[in-house]
Amino acid sequence: MWEYSDKVMDHFENPRNVGVVGRIDGEGQVGSLSCGDALRLTIQVDKEKDLIEDAKFQTFGCASAIASSSALTEMIKGKTVDEALAITNQDIAEFLGGLPREKMHCSVMGQEALEAAVANYRGVPVKAAQGDVVCKCFGVTDAEIEKVVRVNRLTTVEEVTQFTKAGGGCGQCKPKLEEILARILHQSAAEGPGKPARMTALRRIKLIEEAINTQIAPALIKDGGDIELVDVDGPEVLVTLKGACASCPASKQTLADFVTDRLRALVDPEIVVREYHA
Amino acid sequence: MKTIYFDNNATTRVDPEVFEAMVPFFQDLYGNPSSMHHKGGEVAQHIRRARRQLADLLGCEPEEVIYTASGTESDNTALWSAIRGRPDKKHLVTSRVEHSAIHNNVALLRRLGYLVTELGVDKYGRLDMGELLSALTPDTALVSLHWANNETGVLFPVEEIAGLCRERDIIFHTDAVQAVGKIPMKLKDSKIDMLSLAGHKLHAPKGIGALYARQGLKFLPFMVGGHQERGRRGGTENVPYIVGLGKAAELALKRLPEEDTRVRAMRDRLEEGLLKIPYSIVNGDRKERLPNTTNISFEYIEGESILFHLSHFGICASSGSACTSGSLEPSHVLRAMGVPFTAAHGSIRLSLCPYNTEDEVDFVLEKFPPIVEKLRALSPFWKDGKPSDSALLTCDTDNCSVCG
Repeated sequence: MWEYSDKVMDHFENPRNVGVVGRIDGEGQVGSLSCGDALRLTIQVDKEKDLIEDAKFQTFGCASAIASSSALTEMIKGKTVDEALAITNQDIAEFLGGLPREKMHCSVMGQEALEAAVANYRGVPVKAAQGDVVCKCFGVTDAEIEKVVRVNRLTTVEEVTQFTKAGGGCGQCKPKLEEILARILHQSAAEGPGKPARMTALRRIKLIEEAINTQIAPALIKDGGDIELVDVDGPEVLVTLKGACASCPASKQTLADFVTDRLRALVDPEIVVREYHA
Repeated sequence: MKTIYFDNNATTRVDPEVFEAMVPFFQDLYGNPSSMHHKGGEVAQHIRRARRQLADLLGCEPEEVIYTASGTESDNTALWSAIRGRPDKKHLVTSRVEHSAIHNNVALLRRLGYLVTELGVDKYGRLDMGELLSALTPDTALVSLHWANNETGVLFPVEEIAGLCRERDIIFHTDAVQAVGKIPMKLKDSKIDMLSLAGHKLHAPKGIGALYARQGLKFLPFMVGGHQERGRRGGTENVPYIVGLGKAAELALKRLPEEDTRVRAMRDRLEEGLLKIPYSIVNGDRKERLPNTTNISFEYIEGESILFHLSHFGICASSGSACTSGSLEPSHVLRAMGVPFTAAHGSIRLSLCPYNTEDEVDFVLEKFPPIVEKLRALSPFWKDGKPSDSALLTCDTDNCSVCG
């Protein structure tokens, strides 16, 4: 059973602002019946003050989807449109006293419905809907993934799936998700507040360690192998390759190539992987 | 709050008589059945008795029973024994609606170079016997098909299939975890080679399972160790649990007629009552089905929401919706049956047992319809008591894996 906070259960059992507003000034619809959750948000806006007078929702989905929708309407009522737009999915989750990681996509759905409703009100296209569809199963675009990754500081594909559903169907887009993550990881390493623009040796080692632990090792373990980081010396990354793959010379080369490819994509294109022999 | 437990396909409560039978084996009767002294000897005879009790439920000889730790271990043991015993054959047949213990093992075997045929099912969850027959080849080592489906309760004609396999010298294994104790079986008269069961589905505790392996069948142990279970499963016997499973089997054998009459009647009344809710559909073949299980989809609402509202009233059930699995996709069983996505997410399984009462059925029938009504009032797909035309209803994604 999911561990839902009391506030989630309260908003699920006693949802606020169910239905459709009296005068629809903006409407946002996200999700679909096939995806397992869908939300229709309508807002009524005082156009002179640009103030959200009323917000109502209709939701098909699990307890946390209903609670997130209910919370969202409570949070945006009485706010100006710009104030409302500043609300992130994390704010929705926090308002509810937190959500299980696997359910974070419910908060993302709420935030996206808000964005869509405001875009509809202003008569402009929705930003996240632009960009290319990466996950065909759930129709998630790269723009949407990038936004959620940045706001929630996600680092693994598993987290991207928990937050956006991308990769949760057939799983074919997972390599693409990894690429997007790697690109953002690079950029935020360069842009991040207080973070050095150039990669220091320490940061480089940390990134290598993280890439091995969160991306490479899980992939190898799935196939019966394993990898351990031994040392980092300039461009050289020293590793031991263990388990089922270790005894097979042919698979070993493939393995070393795979590790090199991933590390080059995720951390630094200059990296050379060497196998450590005691 | 009173608990109304209609989730007996997930697990069952331990029968008080079973618990009572187990207690002495945690205290006075602590001997190792292999020991050559009176403390060992007194325990060994209780294991012999328990093995006889379980064999009676299955309609087989006590020597054909091998104790394991779970249904999953039984499935693993059966599968790998059959594969290793026939190293020259590289083909397996199973179905798309099996438990993950079978499903994930055959996926592994496929990666090891085996050819695996996963038979489909029709919209009622039934096999196509023609498809099955044409799948059997001289290279087929094993056919493994469950007896009863855990989600829908639909029964496969395993005895007939076992006969077809025997004629072709193919080993036949059935995962009968959901069937044992709910329907009568007489393995002596069948051509089934191996059968898996789990104690916790028939009011014994979790942590004990068994595998039936027909006498004369080539058998290779999965858990290699000592001489226990006549060398077929190493490890000191889990004495209290084996005794508990024996007692549970004895009680289940006595209650079999009740499963087919009183439990079946309660299930049917529950099902008929719930079907009065508009836009509700039974998933699975209503004829060839376990007497205790019903699986109903309530369209345009989502299963987890229904479960939480039911739980609020103390009612325990389960769902094949995506949200309850954490996998983002609805149950593989319902998808294999081609249940439309409008219904798959709102599926609820109710599974009864002899402990349930008519009053409990009444209570569920009273509480259920308002829950559906409340959730439909929230749903963007519902307006004025019927489905609405919503843009969200259609899936605009190409090759959507969810819609199929």
